[in-house]
Amino acid sequence: MSAQISSQLLNVACGLFLLTAVGVLWRRQVSALITLLTVQGVALAAIAVILAEQHRSAEAATIAIGVGLLKAVVIPWMLRRVHQQLPDARETRPLVNVSTSLLAAAGLTLLAYSAARPLVALAPTASAKATPVGIAVILIGFFLAATRQRAISQIIGLLLVDNGIAAVAFLATGGVPLIVELGVSVDLALAVLVLQILTSHLHTAFGPTDLDELRELHD
Amino acid sequence: MSAWIAAAGQALLIALLAPIVTGVTRAVRARLEGRAGGRIAQPWRDIRKLLRKPPTSPEGAGVFFSAAPVVLMSTSLLIAATVPFVSTAGIAGSADLIVVVGLLLLGTVALALAGLDTGTAFGGMGSSREMTIAALVEPTLLLAVFALSTRVGTTNLGVIVAAGASDPAAVFTPASLLAFAALAIATLAETARIPVDNPSTHLELTMVHEAMILEYSGRDLALVEWASAMRLAILLGLLANLFAPWGVATGTTWTAVVIAAAVLTVKMCGLATLLAAAEVYAAKLRLFRVPELLAGSFAMALLAVLTSYILA
Repeated sequence: MSAQISSQLLNVACGLFLLTAVGVLWRRQVSALITLLTVQGVALAAIAVILAEQHRSAEAATIAIGVGLLKAVVIPWMLRRVHQQLPDARETRPLVNVSTSLLAAAGLTLLAYSAARPLVALAPTASAKATPVGIAVILIGFFLAATRQRAISQIIGLLLVDNGIAAVAFLATGGVPLIVELGVSVDLALAVLVLQILTSHLHTAFGPTDLDELRELHD
Repeated sequence: MSAWIAAAGQALLIALLAPIVTGVTRAVRARLEGRAGGRIAQPWRDIRKLLRKPPTSPEGAGVFFSAAPVVLMSTSLLIAATVPFVSTAGIAGSADLIVVVGLLLLGTVALALAGLDTGTAFGGMGSSREMTIAALVEPTLLLAVFALSTRVGTTNLGVIVAAGASDPAAVFTPASLLAFAALAIATLAETARIPVDNPSTHLELTMVHEAMILEYSGRDLALVEWASAMRLAILLGLLANLFAPWGVATGTTWTAVVIAAAVLTVKMCGLATLLAAAEVYAAKLRLFRVPELLAGSFAMALLAVLTSYILA
């Protein structure tokens, strides 16, 4: 009974994980995107906690808590700080319009499902069956990063890719602590790197919009 | 034989209940906006008044214009009779999902053709918009219920509802949550409610449903309004029975059927109240943003089907 409940909870967490990725494609406001990313971090941490509970591993539980702190608290906090520096950051002109990108997301999920079938066939457990969700989020993240023009949207795309990779690691390898731990530390490094790139992007892209720079209208 | 009587009774119940459901949404909305509002039975009075008046037909309007109200009403009655609203036994055994969606689409297309048939600018505009919306809504309706049908392995609505009624815990899966969201958005679009169309406007450039029926008057208008109210009641009832299938009768005994009818009435009025309360807080979307919303609901429905395979 308990095993059934935990596999149902795992399914709900995976569903939420995928839904937030699609929601990121849907919304335009950066603040809404950051909220969705926070929810996705919570869902990822929930997946990790449920798997740790299934494997009865204290080490995995520690890693799950670390992932939760990083994905649901630290990274959204950093993104919000960046967002405060540029008040009007809506995704005004994506290269692919929103309705098409939503349909593309559905297509990418189909692709992930068909690509992951041999993987699932190796060990058809509940967690392995959910692996396509992680792969789909990776693909959606790539799509977002490729088709959005704002620097912050691209960063969010990269973070989606990262979340997807972490989810696949948890779901496919379950109790391999070393890989997961390595994933978490690489994660943090990536996030810091990404935010540094972001700030430099912001300086080059939005710095010159200061009114004082309009030298030609002087006189 | 008794199955046919039960089906006729169910159609009659939905037909009588539908204007009340519309009245409830209007009354709740008025109360939440601080207005007094009309009585709950006001849509009934409007329909009765219009039914006594002879219809007029615009010059040059053809057979599509005069046939549309009848087609719309008869498809609505047929759906109301067959879909398992009250009992999953009896004629509900022949209520296939694809047939129901096809009948809904038949009514939509009949009304759109009637809008074109009048030859007015407003009618054509409304029809073209309605078709833009329907092209995304109907597949969403199909896919969202497909996500539920994979659980039982059939597209028969009676079996789907019966499976949900016998095992209510199985309704709470990621697939059915996604399907619920998709079906709710599709319901709003199909019944011309607020993020897609404003049900209380006349002669606005953004309207969809009102633009198509602008030329109708008298009995024809009464039929169109009544059938539209029935479509709202049908979709709300479908939403209630697919995702909260408690209290649906599985036999045809009198007590069970009467209790199920009462439960259905409560569920429909509850959903109508929720709908009206949500409408107060929502604004109508720009017309060019509507396909975004509908594509989103379509993507959600597709994801629901997928997750019902992946996470089963």
